[in-house]
Amino acid sequence: MTTSSILRHRTTVVGLLLILATLASWWIGTDHGWFSDGDGVTVASVAVLAVAFVKIHFVGADFMELRAAPLVLRRAFLLWLVVTAAIVIGLFLRSA
Amino acid sequence: MSTDTTVDAATPASAPRDHEAPHAGHVPGELGTWFFIFADLVIFTALFAAYLHDRDGKAELFTASQAQLEQTLGVVNTVVLLVSSLLVATGVRAFRRGLSTLAVRMFAGAIACGVTFAVVKFFEYRAKVDADIGMLTNEFWTYYFGLTGIHLLHVCIGVGILTYCLLQARRPAIDATHRSYVESGATFWHMVDLLWIVLFPLLYLAH
Repeated sequence: MTTSSILRHRTTVVGLLLILATLASWWIGTDHGWFSDGDGVTVASVAVLAVAFVKIHFVGADFMELRAAPLVLRRAFLLWLVVTAAIVIGLFLRSA
Repeated sequence: MSTDTTVDAATPASAPRDHEAPHAGHVPGELGTWFFIFADLVIFTALFAAYLHDRDGKAELFTASQAQLEQTLGVVNTVVLLVSSLLVATGVRAFRRGLSTLAVRMFAGAIACGVTFAVVKFFEYRAKVDADIGMLTNEFWTYYFGLTGIHLLHVCIGVGILTYCLLQARRPAIDATHRSYVESGATFWHMVDLLWIVLFPLLYLAH
């Protein structure tokens, strides 16, 4: 049983992709990104918020081990995720 | 890569430490922890909604205030928490397999990340106070200090919980109850990470 067998795991790959997504969001979401003025700012902001909720799906599935959890727990988490994403993105667009 | 077999010999037959992945249908941690986590998540959803509700009609004020935040420090802290979560998830797998040395290192690394997050946040707060910005400066700053302050409290509690996990990983043998406690602690820490994943773009980026 080796350290490498623990490290060579789906979760490690997911973790590294989440870090990459964070850096991409930072670049898109800041003023030196592709969408730096006008409607582009709103598009970039919604994109960054949407990416955040996709990241949370993977935090739940892989870090919190919901992928192997009972259906009721997975459903409850998905329900929170979808409702919160809808509220956050919906209210952001209304206030933009 | 090194081989770690320090704990296997001490593992009692009753302690299933050789399962890297939980079996299908396994509840990670205590069920009660999940009730607490969902309650906390719903409270944060309400706080996110309140922030955006109050932003309505004051987008310019909020955007001007957001421009004074250090986005670089925000992204550094996001990466720090993601790394910590990865270390905790790996630590839990190592713990289950009885690789105590690896598990201790992973939890120690995650604790260091948690402390780093708090230190970065302290410097962010201090820079704002030095610039005469406080909770009462305007509505944005009330939400900023309120939301990040509540989250920072979670980080501090989480560091304490991770310390408990580290101490459990150092024990020569574990039982199912303690394994469940460690899983609960890890789940709480992932929630701390998860909440910051929303708070960072909401407060620092979206405008």
